[in-house]
Amino acid sequence: MRDIQTDSNSSSPKTPNVRLRRRSNEIPAEISKLNGNYLLVNDKYKYKSMWIRAYSSLWMLVSVSLIIYLGHLYIWAMVVVIQIFMASELFNLLRRANQDKRLPKFKFLNWHFFFTAMLFVYGRILSQQLVNTVTSDKFLYRFVSNLIKYQMVICYFLYIAGFVWFILSLKKRYYKYQFGQYAWTHMILIVVFTQSAFTVANIFEGIFWFIFPASLIAMNDVGAYFFGFYFGRTPLIKLSPKKTWEGFIGASVATMIAAFTFANFLGRFQWLTCPRKDLSTSWLQCDTDPIFKPEYIPLPGLLSHWLPWKEIAVLPVQWHALWMGLFASIIAPFGGFFASGFKRAFKIKDFGDSIPGHGGFTDRMDCQMVMAVFVYIYHQSFVVGQDYSVEMLLNQIMRNLGSEEQLALYTKLGKILQERRL
Amino acid sequence: MQKDISTTAPSTTSGRIRHRKRSNEVIPEVGKANGTQLLVNDKSKYKSMLIRAYSSVWMIGGFVLIIYMGHLYITAMVVVIQIFMARELFNLLRRAHEDRQLPGFRLLNWHFFFTAMLFVYGRILSQRLVNTVTSDMVLYRLVSGLIKYHTVICYSLYISGFMWFILTLKKKMYKYQFGQYAWTHMILIVVFGQSSFTVASIFEGIFWFLLPATLIVINDIAAYFFGFFFGRTPLIKLSPKKTWEGFIGASVTTIISAFMLANIMGRSQWLTCPRKDLSTGWLHCDPGPLFKPESYPLPGWIPHWFAWKEISILPVQWHALCLGLFASIIAPFGGFFASGFKRAFKIKDFGDSIPGHGGITDRMDCQMVMAVFAYIYHQSFVVPESLSVEMILDQILINLTFDEQQALYWRLGEILQQGILGKS
Repeated sequence: MRDIQTDSNSSSPKTPNVRLRRRSNEIPAEISKLNGNYLLVNDKYKYKSMWIRAYSSLWMLVSVSLIIYLGHLYIWAMVVVIQIFMASELFNLLRRANQDKRLPKFKFLNWHFFFTAMLFVYGRILSQQLVNTVTSDKFLYRFVSNLIKYQMVICYFLYIAGFVWFILSLKKRYYKYQFGQYAWTHMILIVVFTQSAFTVANIFEGIFWFIFPASLIAMNDVGAYFFGFYFGRTPLIKLSPKKTWEGFIGASVATMIAAFTFANFLGRFQWLTCPRKDLSTSWLQCDTDPIFKPEYIPLPGLLSHWLPWKEIAVLPVQWHALWMGLFASIIAPFGGFFASGFKRAFKIKDFGDSIPGHGGFTDRMDCQMVMAVFVYIYHQSFVVGQDYSVEMLLNQIMRNLGSEEQLALYTKLGKILQERRL
Repeated sequence: MQKDISTTAPSTTSGRIRHRKRSNEVIPEVGKANGTQLLVNDKSKYKSMLIRAYSSVWMIGGFVLIIYMGHLYITAMVVVIQIFMARELFNLLRRAHEDRQLPGFRLLNWHFFFTAMLFVYGRILSQRLVNTVTSDMVLYRLVSGLIKYHTVICYSLYISGFMWFILTLKKKMYKYQFGQYAWTHMILIVVFGQSSFTVASIFEGIFWFLLPATLIVINDIAAYFFGFFFGRTPLIKLSPKKTWEGFIGASVTTIISAFMLANIMGRSQWLTCPRKDLSTGWLHCDPGPLFKPESYPLPGWIPHWFAWKEISILPVQWHALCLGLFASIIAPFGGFFASGFKRAFKIKDFGDSIPGHGGITDRMDCQMVMAVFAYIYHQSFVVPESLSVEMILDQILINLTFDEQQALYWRLGEILQQGILGKS
């Protein structure tokens, strides 16, 4: 979530020079004066900035909905594209132009590591899906499964090649700068790829587990903005001076209510709730997972007098949704505070300028990243069935053993289990 | 790694020597010595060699003792080494002045350290812990429960550290604090990445930990001696005392000794058997096809000269050649990285725990690169070769709980029945 305060001055598109250390000092001083004294409620230009934000928000919403409609693979492609833009923004941030001129190929090193990380992260996710898709053609299957088997080695050697290249390119007076860039590259890649790996894993478990958390964050953001717009009086945290306690609490309540109802709405679509087991793009049919099957809870006596319904249909997933809503409103904003603190520490105004009124991609994605990781871990621990590792081992058995060997394994396992039971 | 001569005096110098302001004095003098004198020409080299040899003997002795005692003790040794390395590295870029104004900040580092430790060792040891505790029902339930929610627990710990960090950001210290945060992450990733691979290798069989570590040590010692006697041409600007003669001599030595050491080590069951639980008793197992000797008849002229008609080679020796190649060519780059890092931040050594060698990180820099490679090599080239009914059965017994094993059994039965029906 971006600081809302930088809105009033970001109506015109910014050139990248503004974010260089020397010049960007000018902008924050002026803004911090604004920030210190004026909350959004008192800002005269707030309606204009609100319209600009609303306009670009609408565009983002429309394109995301279109991609959701198109399917898992397109969503994945969208995540990859967003990732590339984020990495670009972040790589450029702390690069210093004059030092970079003396170190010609250093930019390539960043993208080499980026490519290696991409291969590693998506290779692991692909390894299961691809095997299911390519089983038709014998040669292609063998080629692909070999690639997958040696995926870890390939990525490792690519990384080592980059490591060796880095050491051989160390230049006498630039050691500190180069090591700093190396560490910075690693941190960026870890942050960007961890959350996108989890996002993509969520997508293949069912679009619901991607779209629902993302919309919760967006709702929390919008809710905080509007509650702050109308009611904001008490500042929340020094890092983001325009955030207010009224906005925070109002948004939390709104998010949790929205979570409960929105989960009901989203959980009824098979397109969103079915997991995707291969890389096809066709329509999905599957057995509805028990957490998406409605349970009917009779309303207590009072309510059934007032309202026409005698019982309400609650999907079990709605209870999980409450937890996710809680996390999205209380903890995910810390991702935004982290980004704000980071920008103050390094005297940067925005991570980029791709989205008018909002800043760069990283500005939009900062809370989403924290949420994506949480949703994946929550899903793996509390939602997914017992037989996850059983699935993986079964896959291994199917892939690596012939039918006689499978039978032999079966009989041996049976004997051992019998011994254990006694 | 070859250290400069000026470390002969026992480095009881306080940590301040490595502080930015004063270490500048030490570096130019050493740099002059480095730039112009190779080890071959150095007069006091015999004295420094004796000090290095003395501490090396102690390290090797302690190491051998722990190998004898077993997997659990080796893991404990790795953990202890890790704690020391993390402490050295945490202290490195800390600035005393800023730290006084941020009281709880050091605690944050150790919080993340503890979280990383729980995460990494939880994953590796989880099922083995369960296999050890199967006697007591209550304890079994408790441990299984903890393991099931292991990821959530570690994630919550991490997120609380993250929130703690944000809430402690102080107005004029943002940059320092973010720098420390990033530095903490990098240290933990480097230290725990390689140690998790090391521990995983240990439980696959001490051989897969001992051989790579020994190869690095042999490469180090051989490079030192070849440089001592023959070194003339400098190798790389980052480490001025390394020479091409040392490098090439050490490579050849390492590859030959890899081949032979693998033969010697591969004959011991203590070293080659994997450990399925956390017990400390003696191990017996079927070593697997890799460690069964194959006899090759020697070509005609050799039996005339020597007494042997054929040599027995363990298939693992071919793998050892690859390990030796990596240890001699690529692992030294870990040392170059550490040297470059020290030059960049004007530090003389990472620590001063070991006389003659510097700190623990100075000893472990090449080992870290090697440990990761050894584990990845093992997972990619060794395990699939020996993937058989036995191996998968072992995996099932090690990695799944009893209920999951039964579930697997039922589902496998269904699939096989469908297959049989489909065929007939």
